[in-house]
Amino acid sequence: MAVTWYGMLVAPSRQMGGQQQANVGPGNERYPIPRLGPAHRGAEVYRSNGCAYCHTQQVRPQGYGSDFERGWGLRMSAAQDFLFEETVALGQVRMGPDLANVGFRLTDEAWHYAHLYNPKSKVTGSLMPQYPFLFKEQPIKGSPSGDALVLTGAFAPPTGVEIVPTKEARELVAYLMSLKSQVPLFETPLPAGPKQDAEATASSEGAGNAQTNLALNR
Amino acid sequence: MTGMNTQSSETAAGQSPDQSAMSKSRVLEADKSCSVPVMFLLTWALAWLVGGGILAVVSSIKLHGPGFLAGSAWLTYGRVQPASIHALLYGFGFQAAIAVGLWMIARLGQAELMGRKGILLGGAFWNLGVCLGVFGILGGAGTGHPMLEMPGFVSPLLLVSYSLMGVWALITLHFRQVRSLYVSQWYLLAALFWFPWIFIAAQSSLVFHPVRGALQFVISSWYGHAVVALWLVPVALAVLFYFIPKLLGRPLHSKHLATFGFWTMALFAGWGGVQAGAPVPRWISSVCIVGGGLMLLPLIAVGMNWWFTARGAKPAQGDFVWGFIRFAAVAFFAAMLLDIGGRTRVIGEVTDLTVFSSGVYALYFYGVFGMSIAGAVYYLVPKITQTEWPSAQLIRWHYLGSMVGTVLITAALVVGGVIQGLRLNNADIAFVDALAKTVPFLGLSTLGGLILVAANVAFLLNLVRLLTVCCRCCCCLPWNGTANGNKAAAVGANL
Repeated sequence: MAVTWYGMLVAPSRQMGGQQQANVGPGNERYPIPRLGPAHRGAEVYRSNGCAYCHTQQVRPQGYGSDFERGWGLRMSAAQDFLFEETVALGQVRMGPDLANVGFRLTDEAWHYAHLYNPKSKVTGSLMPQYPFLFKEQPIKGSPSGDALVLTGAFAPPTGVEIVPTKEARELVAYLMSLKSQVPLFETPLPAGPKQDAEATASSEGAGNAQTNLALNR
Repeated sequence: MTGMNTQSSETAAGQSPDQSAMSKSRVLEADKSCSVPVMFLLTWALAWLVGGGILAVVSSIKLHGPGFLAGSAWLTYGRVQPASIHALLYGFGFQAAIAVGLWMIARLGQAELMGRKGILLGGAFWNLGVCLGVFGILGGAGTGHPMLEMPGFVSPLLLVSYSLMGVWALITLHFRQVRSLYVSQWYLLAALFWFPWIFIAAQSSLVFHPVRGALQFVISSWYGHAVVALWLVPVALAVLFYFIPKLLGRPLHSKHLATFGFWTMALFAGWGGVQAGAPVPRWISSVCIVGGGLMLLPLIAVGMNWWFTARGAKPAQGDFVWGFIRFAAVAFFAAMLLDIGGRTRVIGEVTDLTVFSSGVYALYFYGVFGMSIAGAVYYLVPKITQTEWPSAQLIRWHYLGSMVGTVLITAALVVGGVIQGLRLNNADIAFVDALAKTVPFLGLSTLGGLILVAANVAFLLNLVRLLTVCCRCCCCLPWNGTANGNKAAAVGANL
């Protein structure tokens, strides 16, 4: 009992418990940065709805699975990435794609809203459940609301009705957009090959744009 | 009715000749002393088994039919799935284990169960805690840690309730008449201490004073592994070590092998939970792989012991308890081998992060733990209530349903998980297409879940009918004294 306790609890705590922010990039920027505002609250929406029961947030090492080939990250995930997570949602099953870098891959908020309201409206054959309770259905008064979902065809609401996201939906999308962990770290440098270009890209704000060419559904 | 071999448990379990000459009346008293608390815990446990099973079926349907009951936040997949695990693990698993454990401690020690009111109180609070946990998770107050999803305020309640029950198990053990301890008592005693240890360690590190970052993942994964390896499996082994020799009418083959198996399990069973490739220091997942390999030692020791005990022996004709026990014993080896294999890097590259692990868990829970507990319940309930099972047909349905349901769920999720992993590892296959081939297997696991629910309804129904008969005899009739006397005589003859 004592040996197991030491090996599985004490020793990992001694190694990982004292982790601090790292200095990264040419400007010695601090990484990771704690989430604030809606993105911070969105993590609670993610937790309370059990999103981690279908989605992981961990890019496995290159050569172990196909996470790199699917474009889920430029480097494997590291413990450092989760330093400021209040509830670490690494996940244990992939019934949906990995979300470690979804903030880089899918940068359109409107896409996320429509996808949460009805996943099949964006991904044909998706097994993800709908989250209509994160949205409000309301009659259109005058002109449509600026944040009304753009749904077409079979997914469009009845005439005179619009679908708008609730506060929880906004926070959840803000959280999803904040999921970015491609900054090269000492323990997880970017793989050889396109390292120079990728490193420069991942360290900059332009990383999102560089990743948008990755397939949405891989 | 049970067709149970009448040889005393202590002879069959390898106790000394002095102990084998035990007084039947002492065993009868020990059995009778368990009746109220054990039946209370068992009835609630089976109710949670059915309720949790229904939640599990709902979550299983949602995996391949995402539109099913999608309009309500309370019934979204990410809440129903952990709620079902909570109801099954803490509602059924713990109560059934404690009920059977209390009975075994009293019977093997030939001592009356002590602190019956305390146990009832603990059981009542435990059920309140489980209930609050289920509604808390469905309401969105889950902690986000698998197997520990109940809201933080529930865990102290569970711990106090557990202590109220566990302390009387220890006191009963202390005042036992038979001083030497049998293998089953080792496992029960160990499990009694292991659970509060892992529960307090995990709760304090994850909920009350959360550790930072990925360390949470290490502890959460370890707890998910440990609650199976250090609670469900030891309790199941206690039951199997008791009933295999007893039902076959033979002493256990070797106490030395049993000792070796117990201590190697105590040393290595807790090393697991973190899969290779996880974003934590690599030595942690390596330790878990090595721990899995070392678990082959107790597996071989336990296997040899059971094999040499059972070789050439046959249980009494028509003994349905043996069916449950035999299935659980075989399931133990299958689950351990799948578990150990799945931890290796070669297999883990395919099976990690797929439904494979759910299949292995289902085999541990329903196949190893559930079937061994069911066998024990079918044996002990007539003894402690002095009432025979009302329906043999319901027992047959329960046995067949449990067997088919468990095999179906396990096979579907294990094979489906391998296919899911192989296709996800091929980046040329789009994600949705990779998952599409797993859907039929998810459907099969739903079918298995439905069969299991039906089987468990039969189990619960039989228990409720037995309780009705028992209460009518014992409590309601003016001539209950005579009825009790007759029943006691009948059961005494069948000890």
